[in-house]
Amino acid sequence: MNVYADNAATTAVSQAALDAMLPCFQDIAGNPSSLHSPGQRAAEKLEEAREIFARRLHASPREITFTSGGSEADNQALRSAAALGARKGKKHIVSTKFEHHAILHTLTALEREGYEVTLLDIPPDGVVTAQQVKDAIREDTCLVTVMFANNEIGTIQPIAEIGAVCREAGVLFHTDAVQAAGHLPIDVEEMKIDLLSLSAHKFHGPKGVGVLYVRRGIPLVNLIYGGAQERGKRAGTENIPGIVGAAAAFDEACANMEKNAAYLTPLRDKLIAGLTAIPHSILNGDAQRRLPGNVNACFEGIEGESLLLLLDAKGIAASSGSACTSGSLDPSHVLLALGRPHEVAHGSLRLSLSEYNKPEEIDYILEVLPGIVQYLRDMSPVWDELEQGQRPHII
Amino acid sequence: MALYSDKVMDHFQNPRNVGKMDDADGIGEVGNARCGDIMRMYIKVDPESQTITDVKFNTFGCGSAIATSSMATELIKGKPISQALQLSNKAVVEALDGLPAYKLHCSVLAEEAVKAAVKDYYDKNGIAYGPELQSCDGDCESCGVEH
Ligand SMILES: Cc1ncc(COP(=O)(O)O)c(C=O)c1O
Ligand SMILES: [Zn+2]
Repeated sequence: MNVYADNAATTAVSQAALDAMLPCFQDIAGNPSSLHSPGQRAAEKLEEAREIFARRLHASPREITFTSGGSEADNQALRSAAALGARKGKKHIVSTKFEHHAILHTLTALEREGYEVTLLDIPPDGVVTAQQVKDAIREDTCLVTVMFANNEIGTIQPIAEIGAVCREAGVLFHTDAVQAAGHLPIDVEEMKIDLLSLSAHKFHGPKGVGVLYVRRGIPLVNLIYGGAQERGKRAGTENIPGIVGAAAAFDEACANMEKNAAYLTPLRDKLIAGLTAIPHSILNGDAQRRLPGNVNACFEGIEGESLLLLLDAKGIAASSGSACTSGSLDPSHVLLALGRPHEVAHGSLRLSLSEYNKPEEIDYILEVLPGIVQYLRDMSPVWDELEQGQRPHII
Repeated sequence: MALYSDKVMDHFQNPRNVGKMDDADGIGEVGNARCGDIMRMYIKVDPESQTITDVKFNTFGCGSAIATSSMATELIKGKPISQALQLSNKAVVEALDGLPAYKLHCSVLAEEAVKAAVKDYYDKNGIAYGPELQSCDGDCESCGVEH
């Protein structure tokens, strides 16, 4: 059986998205900047897509900018808010330790340019609090950026509460909603979100298409200079097929959101129950306040990459936060921020489901996984020491 | 996965000489769980010929750590200690038809584990050895040796 359980990494394009895209390769092939009819047909498609995102996010179309993906949207959001802050003499930014690298590495770059960054600690349940944000905001804070849902452990952050704290303090609030968009309700008005990033390939849209929502009145800084596309804020001929596919996928995901969550939640909980029934394993992140398709657990005494390879040999595609899967010597910064010791963080497994997964697939994972964990433990000198009592079990 | 050669996958999925050895003459453990890879090697030595008659390993680590452990045991089994000590991680990697560049650090442990096992055997039997065996205490973080 082949099971794709890495939907947090990326998803397959939905039929609806593909159907929407296909005409944009040949029939609607004009450049939206062109005056002629083929160009104007493409421009119409572009604006239709913009309206779909605006409607679903409770924004207005002019607040929607298309980018090359979540990373670009994150970079542009942070740079824009930082530039605006600098003009007012405010150069302090608040974020969290478990953001995606698209955020963290942009913040590192900003630090080198003279900004000061406070990264909030991650509580054991993987949910930061609005109070933590409130306590970190200073006179010179120009931006708070907290992800909507974490990409590794799936925990959902109290975005509306954080939005309220920021609005009250007069600080811009950005959220990286790449993992949440299409999966959780988002209302930028109600949640008081000033800037938001999302990425189409996480909800069955195409790769390489992102959206940056920016509240009216907040000026964007260009990352890419050139033509006047996207109101001059993002140069380059628009990826019409990609943008149209992204909008179709988003529309579909939002329309089916409740249905998908109702389908996925019991499957997720079944996986969580099965994984944590394995001795010396632990769930990462709160059991309830997490994305409907996210499961992330650590198994003591084994290493994640070998676990992934053996799962792959059985047809199961998953992900891990082990160092050996990242090419660095350190395991996932998210698991470390959550307080998992290095040796435990190396043995992590993320299974991320989508509505395309079938209940039998969950049974199959649960059938195969315990044996693989045991096999690796039997090979592991660490497990031997744990069992012999030569080193204490951590979990 | 095309990440690894067929040889690596074979040694990873069907590791040779894996397991504990209760009557080992020398045991070497290198790496630490912090770094993500630990290798423990057991050797049985024929005192007359100073030959490694049997070898086993236990490894905590990624696919390349397990595959290099397995290959290293094959390369030293039945060999005189003097020859086993010549084993380089480069030779292990070559025997596996290569590893991705960022995975080479995971292969270093195999060479170190063999040396650590021999050192343990020498220590237990009061056999003198040179400084090249003294450097490895099995802890990657305190190890100043270039690999
Ligand atoms: C939370 C989060 N932010 C940003 C990104 C980057 O998105 P993209 O791959 O579209 O650049 C991802 C995807 O990996 C993500 O999960
Ligand atoms: Zn490794």
